[in-house]
Amino acid sequence: MKSRQWVRDLAMGVRFAFAGGREGWTRALLTAVGVGLGVALLLITTAIPNALSARDKRSSDRDDFTYSAKRLPKADDTLLIANADTTFRSKDIRGRLVEPEGVKAPLPPGVAKFPAKGEMVASPALKKLLESDSGKLLRERYPYRIVATIDKPGLIGPAELAFYAGTTGLENHLSNGYVERIDYFGPSPNHTPDKLDPVLILLIMIIFVVLLLPVGVFIAAAVRFGGERRDRRLAALRLVGADGRMARRIAGGEALAGALLGLVLGTLFFLAARQSASVLVVRNVSVFPSDLNPSPALVALVAVAVPAAAVLVTLFALRGVVIEPLGVVRTAKPPRRRLWWRLLLPLGGLALLYPMMGQGNDNGSFNEWMVIGGTVLLLIGVTALLPWVVEAVVARLNSGSVSWQLAVRRLQLSSGTAARMVNGIAVAVAGAIALQMLFAGVEHDYTKSTDNDLNRAQMQVSLRSDVPLAEVGGALSGTKGVRHASALSLGSVGEKAKNPDNSLEVAVGSCAELREVARLASCRDGDVFRITGGEYGDKAKEFTTPGRTVYFDPRYDDQPSHTASWKVTPGVLTAEGREDPTGYERGGLLFTPGALPASAQAGLSPMVYVSLNQSVPDARDYVRNTAARLDPLSETFDLASSETSLQFKPIRNGLFVGATCVLVLIGASLLVSQLEQLRERKKLLSSLVAFGTRRRTLSLSVLWQTAIPIALGLLLASVVGLTLGAVLLRMTGESVTIDWASVLSMTGIGAGVVLAVTLLSLPPLLRLMRPDGLRTE
Amino acid sequence: MSIGHTLLGLLESGPRHGYDLKRAFDEKFGHDRPLHYGQVYSTMSRLLKNGLVEVDGIEAGGGPERKRYAITDAGITDVERWLATPEAPEPYLQSTLYTKIVLALLTHRDAADILDTQRAEHLRMMRILTDRKRKGDLADQLICDHALFHLEADLRWLELTAARLDKLAEAVAK
Amino acid sequence: MTPAGSLLVADALHKSYGPTTALDGAEFSIHPGEVVAVMGPSGSGKSTLLHCLAGIVTPDSGSILYNGREMATMSDAERSQLRRSEFGFVFQFGQLVPELTCVENVALPLRLNGTSRKAAEKAALTWMERLEVDDLGKKRPGEVSGGQGQRVAVARALVTDPRVLFADEPTGALDSLNGERVMELLTDAARTTNAAVVLVTHEARVAAYSDREIVVRDGKSRDMERVV
Repeated sequence: MKSRQWVRDLAMGVRFAFAGGREGWTRALLTAVGVGLGVALLLITTAIPNALSARDKRSSDRDDFTYSAKRLPKADDTLLIANADTTFRSKDIRGRLVEPEGVKAPLPPGVAKFPAKGEMVASPALKKLLESDSGKLLRERYPYRIVATIDKPGLIGPAELAFYAGTTGLENHLSNGYVERIDYFGPSPNHTPDKLDPVLILLIMIIFVVLLLPVGVFIAAAVRFGGERRDRRLAALRLVGADGRMARRIAGGEALAGALLGLVLGTLFFLAARQSASVLVVRNVSVFPSDLNPSPALVALVAVAVPAAAVLVTLFALRGVVIEPLGVVRTAKPPRRRLWWRLLLPLGGLALLYPMMGQGNDNGSFNEWMVIGGTVLLLIGVTALLPWVVEAVVARLNSGSVSWQLAVRRLQLSSGTAARMVNGIAVAVAGAIALQMLFAGVEHDYTKSTDNDLNRAQMQVSLRSDVPLAEVGGALSGTKGVRHASALSLGSVGEKAKNPDNSLEVAVGSCAELREVARLASCRDGDVFRITGGEYGDKAKEFTTPGRTVYFDPRYDDQPSHTASWKVTPGVLTAEGREDPTGYERGGLLFTPGALPASAQAGLSPMVYVSLNQSVPDARDYVRNTAARLDPLSETFDLASSETSLQFKPIRNGLFVGATCVLVLIGASLLVSQLEQLRERKKLLSSLVAFGTRRRTLSLSVLWQTAIPIALGLLLASVVGLTLGAVLLRMTGESVTIDWASVLSMTGIGAGVVLAVTLLSLPPLLRLMRPDGLRTE
Repeated sequence: MSIGHTLLGLLESGPRHGYDLKRAFDEKFGHDRPLHYGQVYSTMSRLLKNGLVEVDGIEAGGGPERKRYAITDAGITDVERWLATPEAPEPYLQSTLYTKIVLALLTHRDAADILDTQRAEHLRMMRILTDRKRKGDLADQLICDHALFHLEADLRWLELTAARLDKLAEAVAK
Repeated sequence: MTPAGSLLVADALHKSYGPTTALDGAEFSIHPGEVVAVMGPSGSGKSTLLHCLAGIVTPDSGSILYNGREMATMSDAERSQLRRSEFGFVFQFGQLVPELTCVENVALPLRLNGTSRKAAEKAALTWMERLEVDDLGKKRPGEVSGGQGQRVAVARALVTDPRVLFADEPTGALDSLNGERVMELLTDAARTTNAAVVLVTHEARVAAYSDREIVVRDGKSRDMERVV
């Protein structure tokens, strides 16, 4: 009986939402757009885990380097594959050279036919890049003809740059580690997927909470759009005989209509966003639209929870409101907001998080539900505390300019509305501050600072063994954008030819080049040095006992090698170790070219430290081109002052993208309610202008009106965010340090949103202030 | 206005001389037109004849004879009956203004001008009344308001007619 | 053409809003201390005339001289300044800022002119006393009756000692008793300060508080003084 009444009233509200003429439609649409944006964001967020796992799956399906100790014999079904990864400008390119050894050689995923020598199969994005003007420089690196493209199963994202190029003669390089013989693509049998470390899992959980919570707050605010006009309609309903409860339920029905329409719009927005995902590349990460599939359970949850929340929020919002037949009366003096239960929420959150202090560094597991619950409570605490804070502060504000007075008085009358508008931003900022703090704290765990000396070199190029050192040095020195190139040949000597177990490092180069890796008192061509001190100092002395024979490029029996012997000559000089530009201090022996036995040359591989002229654009890519021309299997490294763990990067990207989306979304909703409020005051604004109020005064009062609650919101958000951040850091066992830069940048973004909203609402405000508003006829 | 009933009503509070009656009448009701003594005495003699008043006493004095009148029971009943009988609403169907307008239209004179002139005259009178109202007591205010509302009604008619002058001209021309 | 000693004179005013002509050659003049009623049917253009005279709306053509200065050549800022300091306004409704208390509303024009808050509110209270609403000082407009609110609005219009008071249907939302009280207070106050009053109304009894009336019909004005 009762439920039928409910259904009837809700249905009537739904009808009212759409039958209210243009005004009704506008309101319903406004609500729907707001809810729709929220729903779209929800769906995208729930789809991201699936998209990431689909990426991971395809990524492991094309694994080709098993790094297993067992060596496969050449057979009908084997393939030789070499890593030819490179970088173009800031983009990473996944490259493989392939050489099938039989008709049954396994095809890489997404590739229909092996490219022949001189041909390549490229990903669509790489093909496009190579064919474009901006890819001209890259084209020089690849002397291959594109004969086909890699299909989706072989790519982790639509914008991924990848290729397979056909080649021959890879067998000679099998022992070097960057060429492998395989008989299938996919993860090796003993491969276990990298388990994310518990701290990273914590981070991901918090990111989701931090992103989704403001969306919830936002949806709650969106269903309240146009509240004042709705109130008038409700009063009219009471006049024709609806009782108070019916009126409330009808209001709920109107919100329901907006929410349902919002679900539809949200789905459309989501599909549109999904389609555009293929063009969107966020820091090297792109996603296939077909991978963005939210799990059905989550979709069902969204479809049920959003409309239900809309109805509940409306009923909750109307609790302090008496709907009379002649108008809606807000209880003249709303009861003073109480502090105690508002404080319970964040305190409860802290209580949930407290038991997990310091769990991150030892056994390393967090109770997911306690983490999420505690974080949610802490952040929800912001939305509960903010109305109280705004009310308490605004009540104490007083003297000031006219614009200030107008704004303050307005806030005093309706501090709840103001606080509600800011809640979303406050929650987002609090969460983001906490996360940034956590990042900053955890970062040095995952970021290794390197010993690279960037003053001496900015790149390092390693090549295969059979390119003459002089040619390498000459070619790189002559490359555009290179200031200086120091080429060394690297290798090893052992005490036995067929056993590399007891061996020493060897570097060959001119006196000037050897000085990059050691301190030499004097040097002439023909000299040999041993490096004293360090771990290998004694062994080097032992190896260089005059008359002894040592062997270059020692290998085990079954491996091809270029073994050469050297009988130690008397007069081996001593040298002191020195860190090379990468921060490595080598030990072992140093040869000038004149001292090296000619037969030893083949067993050495060239390595070059390149110092760049940074003012030449694309200098790094000229170097990579030269290296690729010298040897397709060459590797180039950018020397940087720090390296970030790979796992860490996408998480961080996700946070930035998500936080920006959320703040923009909330900014949009702020703007909508701001405009609505202005429209309702059209007449007042016109009469204020009539008696000479400066436009500046009114504009400023609009600014204050937004800025005061936002300033308070950001302040509260900073306090809660820092608290949450500190707790999370303690949980991971890190020392607590406040990352002021991130606090400033997050509050800065929040303040930017306020400024943008004010600026965008100025043109309509100025239009509303025109005297037309006074016309009644 | 019935002077006889008014004088009778004034006697209800107690017997009075004819001169007192005139003064009380003028004070309360005769704002624009004071009563003549003759009117008082002729009215009183009529009432006396009809048995609605009686002579309460005669004071001999210097001047004219001074009779004191008192109301009889029949007189009280008569006042009661008069007060209880509603006044017939004025139908206002005979309007000189309307006649003037139609005639102006028939003779192709400017009817709008006539309306405006009348309008200005009405408003002039309203200003005078408003001014008097502001300076006067409550009785003045009520009397003036009565007149103002009537004048306002006339003015509204003038405005309405001005707005319909074209239609009226068509109807008259037929 | 300009009547000698006029404070505000308008001549040959034209103004259209899109296809509708609001003013079509209207004229107007007013002396200091004079109360002039602007009457006419709805949509005749009387409010537009008031807006033009007050410098809220710029006419398409015609001249408006205030104190010998042509308003058309003034910048928007100058006209705003004029409205702040020399003019006062009373509208039918919706003119009090709902969030401010009554005394703050009355003090608002003074504060816009840069008077300190204390001095402005003191002056506001004096005016509220004269309009018999000084007991409403701490209340907000939503908590007072229509007649009281309108008196607060009159107090606000007069607080700057304006030389011209523009009143657009000031009693339109009031019953006749309250309306008359407001008119009495308004005209009394204007006479004692020698302010001119431009009174737009469609009610004859309100117009009867004026010294002179002008009728606007189809955007043209007619001075009824010259008719008689």
